[in-house]
Amino acid sequence: MFNRLADFVVSELLGLQADTSVAESLHFFIMDITKIFFMLILVIYLMGLFRSFVSAEKVRNYVQGRAEWVARSLAILLGAVTPFCSCSSVPLFIGFVEAGIPLGVTFSFLIASPMINEIAVVMLFGIVGWKITVLYIFSGMVVAFVGGIIIQKFKPERWVEDYVWKIRMGEAQTLEQDNSLQARHRYALTEVKTIVGRIWKWVILGVGAGALFHGYFPQEWASNLGDANSFLAVPLAVIMGVPLYSNAVGVIPLAEAMLLKGVAIGTTLAFMMSIAAISVPELIILRKVIKWQALALFTGIVTISIILVGWFLNSIL
Amino acid sequence: MIEVKVLGPGCKNCQTTHKLIVDVTNENGIEITLEKVEDMAEIMSYGIMSTPGVIVDGKIAHAGSIPDKKTILSWFKSSCCPADDNCC
Repeated sequence: MFNRLADFVVSELLGLQADTSVAESLHFFIMDITKIFFMLILVIYLMGLFRSFVSAEKVRNYVQGRAEWVARSLAILLGAVTPFCSCSSVPLFIGFVEAGIPLGVTFSFLIASPMINEIAVVMLFGIVGWKITVLYIFSGMVVAFVGGIIIQKFKPERWVEDYVWKIRMGEAQTLEQDNSLQARHRYALTEVKTIVGRIWKWVILGVGAGALFHGYFPQEWASNLGDANSFLAVPLAVIMGVPLYSNAVGVIPLAEAMLLKGVAIGTTLAFMMSIAAISVPELIILRKVIKWQALALFTGIVTISIILVGWFLNSIL
Repeated sequence: MIEVKVLGPGCKNCQTTHKLIVDVTNENGIEITLEKVEDMAEIMSYGIMSTPGVIVDGKIAHAGSIPDKKTILSWFKSSCCPADDNCC
């Protein structure tokens, strides 16, 4: 469908020759942009509907008191499907601590949540295909799972700020909620508007960059950069990625460019994960609830886990 | 006077929510006192973990996203001119 639309615009409306660089770039751009926006709107809407049933407060009740591995798996799954703007990390953190959920599980949640979300998944799927998308989701979950377990081994409870332990969560009555399907539909529509309104520029920019690579990318570059895939490429990419801050949307075009230049999949995915999982603004926000030792531990362990996953992927692919 | 509080550590979504509430109440002539709450202990005291949260007269009206205008209006349903169809 999207292919035909692009065919129509490029050759019928603009009358371009099919095998020129301009036509190829433009064809790619139109096809991808329509496909990605279509999928984004659909997926954000469906997730919005889903989220009108699931809230962070419910997640907490779900996870509370479960066996640790169950709690951890649930926390990661829920981290993947619930978005939170990084300013929600502090109340979430306190809420989890207050519910007696082990800190390692909370960290698993905090690692998974920014890395895996529906926007990253749709963009990856649209731009680099489903195989790499599945790999990315799976790798992210592994990093969150293992990272949380290792952090727990260091007994991070001693680095939680004192006031956090003193906060008691209250409970307020809820105003009568409109639980009709119509209200949920409105909620989902608002989500689509808010999220698409925030990211559309990045999507266009990203797909545009991808389209340029597609039409104008000289094949020789790839072979020249082939030997950049040494053992050190993964840690280098990750160390570069950690201080960089971007949402998943901005990273994906970069990832596409790296893949096109012949950078190995493990290296590229490790780079993406390191950008999304750890960011200075998030660390600054988390500093309100945990001391710097815990932040250093969090950063160090996530970094090492991502490097290991990158190496592993490079060795099997 | 209806007492409304927007709970959140001051991120963009909280500011947007604050502004939307001001807009909706102004448009409909609803009088409220609006307060931003950024203190974590107070936010948690309502049992809210996802921000922005909105408290209307001490009750949780919303949490975790930017509410749409129609939803905002529905919080004040009982307090404004129930006979007037244009209102709510």
